Amino acid sequence: METKPKLAMYWAASCGGCEIALVNIHEKIFDVMDSFDFMFCPCLMDTKYHDIEALADGSIAITFFNGALRTDENIHMARLLRQKSQLLIAFGSCAAEGCIPGLGNLSSRQDLMDRIYRDSLTLDDHQGPLPATSTGVVEGNLTLPEFLPVVKTLGQVVAVDYSIPGCPPESHQVWNCVNAVIQGHPLGAKGAILGGGRSTVCAECVRTRTEKKIRTLYRTYEILPDAETCLLEQGLLCMGVVTRDGCGGLCPRVNMPCTGCYGPPEGVLDQGAKMISALGSMLDLEDAGEVNVDDYARRMDVLLEGIPDLAGTLYKYSLAGSILGGKRTP
Amino acid sequence: MNGLQDVAHFDPKILVFLCNWCSYAASDKAGMAQQAQPSQIRTVRVMCTGRVDPQFVLHAFRKGADGVVILGCHPGDCHYKEGNVHAIKRHLLLLALLRQLGIEDQRCRLDFVSAGENDRYVRILSEVVEQVRVLGPIHFPRVD
Ligand code: FES
Repeated sequence: METKPKLAMYWAASCGGCEIALVNIHEKIFDVMDSFDFMFCPCLMDTKYHDIEALADGSIAITFFNGALRTDENIHMARLLRQKSQLLIAFGSCAAEGCIPGLGNLSSRQDLMDRIYRDSLTLDDHQGPLPATSTGVVEGNLTLPEFLPVVKTLGQVVAVDYSIPGCPPESHQVWNCVNAVIQGHPLGAKGAILGGGRSTVCAECVRTRTEKKIRTLYRTYEILPDAETCLLEQGLLCMGVVTRDGCGGLCPRVNMPCTGCYGPPEGVLDQGAKMISALGSMLDLEDAGEVNVDDYARRMDVLLEGIPDLAGTLYKYSLAGSILGGKRTP
Repeated sequence: MNGLQDVAHFDPKILVFLCNWCSYAASDKAGMAQQAQPSQIRTVRVMCTGRVDPQFVLHAFRKGADGVVILGCHPGDCHYKEGNVHAIKRHLLLLALLRQLGIEDQRCRLDFVSAGENDRYVRILSEVVEQVRVLGPIHFPRVD
């Protein structure tokens, strides 16, 4: 019997949405099964870590790695799967750029622990034990992975062959990538982004852009935007201008601003900085009168009251992979 | 916290973006006049403050700058009319972002220096060097 190439999917710090995006290719999953021996995916099946450790190096054809790297267990699995795989693909925003787990980089490890295990209002015991890598109990020794000081992307720890953007990646794009492999089509240069476009979400958005001026910023619950005009022009912080296309512009289609899950477009390193560039040109502070820095600052402060978490808004998905990677460390 | 001794020993690196049409000439003039200038600065000439992408500023911090200064034409005097107006708005947004990332306002300054204002040029840069010296060095989580 001919042995099929092995396919693996591993989650690190992630939510499971990427696995759902994979199975959302519906009946085409049978084509995947026909072409591959889908042998490792902790979300869906019961293969153990030691089964992977026992494999010869490079014996997995493709590993889809989803999830950011938050613990030393995540790092260990990233290194292990890199060693065992011919192609290691960062699957989804978490692995590619940190995504929601990456927002942890706005706080120190200490702050996070205090918030969860000391200060949370719903705790019964505010002085209870903190998670530790090793805890002695009567039955023996309990171990937990170490919680690292910062969240890293897959590419910051091991060499990544390709990335598939999205939170989660759109299933038709996942299929495009998998099918390209099945058909033996070339995937492009190492490091390329698969399953995304080269432009921005605006290229896929059906709304009309006209005046490119914003006078007020609103949060999504504050207004009901009209269905035709650019959401950014209506004062909603739509990240489409600084986000890679490939999703089909789904959110603006249903009156919701893009939050940026496909990451920065071609040629942009830092989504947040690019959004600041765009806003700098579009925000209209004219009623501050004469160009005077202090008046502008006052007007800007008023506008920014509409965005209580600026960093979290500009880098909702890309903080760990951004130029600075998060809040400064001591 | 930095002890007094550390403050004296810390030699900050300050990256300065100079607009070709104003502050660059002021810098030149300061040089011609043999004015003493802080040795901690490194300059980059750009055609307008409007050309300074906030990514440049973040990159400077990432690569080890302890402070970044952008010096342009006074409001109303920009060679491209409103390049510096965009720069002001970007700068205000960038400061708000940097604050959330733990970077103090004094480390990132936008100011205006016309071609003749060589004294002002030297004064602003000396101020920033001294302020950043007191603030000390900075580090970020990402490792390259
Ligand atoms: S030309 Fe000097 S700031 Fe625009």
